[in-house]
Amino acid sequence: MPEFSVLELKNITKSYFGNTVLKGINLSVKPGEIHAIVGENGAGKSTLMNLIFGMPVIHDTGGFEGDIIMDGQVVKINSPRQAMELGIGMVHQEFMLIPGFTVMENIKLNREPTKPNLVSKILGSNMETLDYAAMRQDSIRALEKLGLEIDENAYVSRLPVGYMQFVEIAREIDKKRARVIVFDEPTAVLAESEANHLITAMKRLAEQGISILFITHRLDEVMACSDTISILRDGELVKTLTREETSVEEIAELMVGRKVERGQLPSRSVEPDDDDIILELKDLTVEMPGERVRGLDLKVRRGEILGIGGLAGQGKVGIANGVMGLYPATGEVIKDGEALKLNDPKAALDAKMAFVSEDRRGVGLLLDESIAVNIVLTSIEAQNKFLRRTILPGVHLLDQKAVREYALKIIKDLDIRCTGPNQPVRRLSGGNQQKVCLARAFSLEPEILWVSEPTRGIDIGAKQLVLDLLVHFNREYGMTIIMTSSELNELRRICDRIALVYRGKVAGILKPDASDLDFGLMISGKQPVKEVG
Amino acid sequence: MELNMSKVKSICSPSHLRNFYEKFGLPRLIICLFLLGLFILAFIMKMDLTILLSASLDRIGMNGLLVLAMLPTLVTGVGLNFGLPVGFVCGLVGGVISMEYDLTGFTGLFTAMLCALPLALLTGYLYAALLERVRGQEMMVGTYVGFAVVAGMCIFWLTAPFKNPSMVWAIGGKGLRVTLTLYEHYSKILNNFLAFKLFGVNIPTGLLLFFGFFCWLAHLFFRTRTGMAMVATGANPMYAMSSGINVRRMRYISVMMSNALAALGAVVYAQSYGFLQLYTAPLYMAFPAVAAALIGGATLKKATVGHIIIGAVLFQTLLTIALPVTQTVLQGTDISEIARMIISNGMILYALTRNERG
Repeated sequence: MPEFSVLELKNITKSYFGNTVLKGINLSVKPGEIHAIVGENGAGKSTLMNLIFGMPVIHDTGGFEGDIIMDGQVVKINSPRQAMELGIGMVHQEFMLIPGFTVMENIKLNREPTKPNLVSKILGSNMETLDYAAMRQDSIRALEKLGLEIDENAYVSRLPVGYMQFVEIAREIDKKRARVIVFDEPTAVLAESEANHLITAMKRLAEQGISILFITHRLDEVMACSDTISILRDGELVKTLTREETSVEEIAELMVGRKVERGQLPSRSVEPDDDDIILELKDLTVEMPGERVRGLDLKVRRGEILGIGGLAGQGKVGIANGVMGLYPATGEVIKDGEALKLNDPKAALDAKMAFVSEDRRGVGLLLDESIAVNIVLTSIEAQNKFLRRTILPGVHLLDQKAVREYALKIIKDLDIRCTGPNQPVRRLSGGNQQKVCLARAFSLEPEILWVSEPTRGIDIGAKQLVLDLLVHFNREYGMTIIMTSSELNELRRICDRIALVYRGKVAGILKPDASDLDFGLMISGKQPVKEVG
Repeated sequence: MELNMSKVKSICSPSHLRNFYEKFGLPRLIICLFLLGLFILAFIMKMDLTILLSASLDRIGMNGLLVLAMLPTLVTGVGLNFGLPVGFVCGLVGGVISMEYDLTGFTGLFTAMLCALPLALLTGYLYAALLERVRGQEMMVGTYVGFAVVAGMCIFWLTAPFKNPSMVWAIGGKGLRVTLTLYEHYSKILNNFLAFKLFGVNIPTGLLLFFGFFCWLAHLFFRTRTGMAMVATGANPMYAMSSGINVRRMRYISVMMSNALAALGAVVYAQSYGFLQLYTAPLYMAFPAVAAALIGGATLKKATVGHIIIGAVLFQTLLTIALPVTQTVLQGTDISEIARMIISNGMILYALTRNERG
């Protein structure tokens, strides 16, 4: 393999609004190399790729520091167009194809070879006729490079999902000077056999001298094809390794590894017990776009804090949404020995379960209503609380005095920083909004509290407060808490057990003090050395 | 004492004034200033202000319920009920039935309302079912449903088996006339109920009380469990759903309520006007009501009873005053109708394009 690099990143630093997401990244890609970039969600992979591809989001937020060097020269990439001219292509996670066009038309879109005609001679080159023969040849050549046999005249809408990805790749390699192609989690939507096919195609491309940046979190795929592996964690490049000198275990550990400060949690009078199951999920499937749950089984012990972890898109978020009736679900949910009616939010609430959604502004809050209304409305609707009788039988009105008193109390208890119970929640900070969401769930006096991504988008100080609050609910009121989070670190801080979800199923359950290696492996769908819990 | 002083100070502070301005909104400010200007102009032109004010009060009460009909659908996020004529014709049917039996006075009025109500609830249900199928385009579809219903009812008015000679065409004896006078039945019965004069201004007590009573009911309704569920449905359907609220049911209820209010509003309108106007008269009934609700400060996101009352008062006063004043100022030219169109349609356009983002 040649020693010079086709693409080199020097000391790249990028911050969004004072929040540093990439710190001094150095990376070099050689011609014909498959360079894998692995890391957890939020490690900075996507930001790095957006930066290389000149996506507007980078420049709209103040650009970046450091240099991108191609062929020994510093280049400025301010738009995807410039990136393309420099020979950088990108295969996106979501397909950017036109379904009603044929494979060939998609591959050549906006770069069609044309022939002059009578009209174009008068009105300019925009009116030239498409040269279908040349288009066909180019397309066939590109598809051959991938080792793929599909009809270039087929409509994209009729293709299986896996093939669409290939069309996308074919389009990138057809660009005359394609030298570096970025694959952004290309296998996320593919079935296993399709993924294998893709890896073969990537290898073929590399043999032809095209460099590939391969972003993924599937470690077996990394080991299957890459030459070099860079591991990102918290915006830093932890290590760059060659495949020969490393192992899945080492990568997993580097990916997750960080010190977990698990403070001393308050003790309980009764410890959770494997024989006292409060909730059981059997063969649960949830049709939540992007977070599908596919036949998941899980047992929750009474009084514990159960963590649900896993990478984005693996289905961990779908579980709570399915059980609470917000997305179509099938399977069995058994609470205290009784089957729960699925797809009915009211039934879930009646079963003494409450949910703090991951989509705080979308599901969790009425942004323009007051804090008080936000906190009590669900209790009013689901449990007829905060209502008073009137002279007319059967007619109940809102008990504003009770609402105000309760709101004042809970604002004090949860330390919600606001001007008073009548302040609209839109004006609150993320952390305080989250506390309002927790207060809303808390006032339902649930036996089981589902909490999804409770610390997303709030600052560090508030994160700790929210976690403390959950522990407080658990210890003081004996609430069973099921907490879903992308941040393993915080799960490990307060949970009794952590279930890791992979491809819509529980890959395994770990103790919070299990090794980084076990977490790293299980999160990417590999069985660790031993299983606990 | 100190506390009072600080309170006074804080109310006069710039931030408070800005707050007030933001709450009140630019359009309302402009309308108020315009109204004030009209009053001053009327005064300068030595017009009889008492007549103008009396007429304004009449019109506020006459149209109030129709504006209030906008509230339920706005609250649940169905949008402005452009299909107001659907309810309105139910009210007319009630009025015609009551007239057929020559009922007079309050008996006639309430019979008309009682006949109209079940009809309005039934058609409201069907109308809601239709709107449910076109989620996101309720207002446009509603407009055309309104038009279609009015057209369809033209056939009904012609063929319905009413017999009362004061209602049917004199020649042929079949089909209802275009305008039916209520003079011998219940014309102005609400207007004259407990009516009195105050500084020469005629106060239509009964009419205003009737409107006020329904506003109060609406206000109370939004404090009941169902009412609050409707507010939540409009503010954030996902929040509502996750609170165990049947979002679909709330939308149905809101459309049925709106339809029922429109039917009652039609009867009130007719008694105040003194005539039942059939055939194409209800065609454009929705637009002034929509404009009034919007002028009052209601948006597609949030609407309260207060918005409705302010809107009914501002819009109807404006229309009543603008007509004679402009007539006097611009001798001979009938600009008032044009001004009315510009104001009401302009207001609708303004409010609908200014769809605030959340």
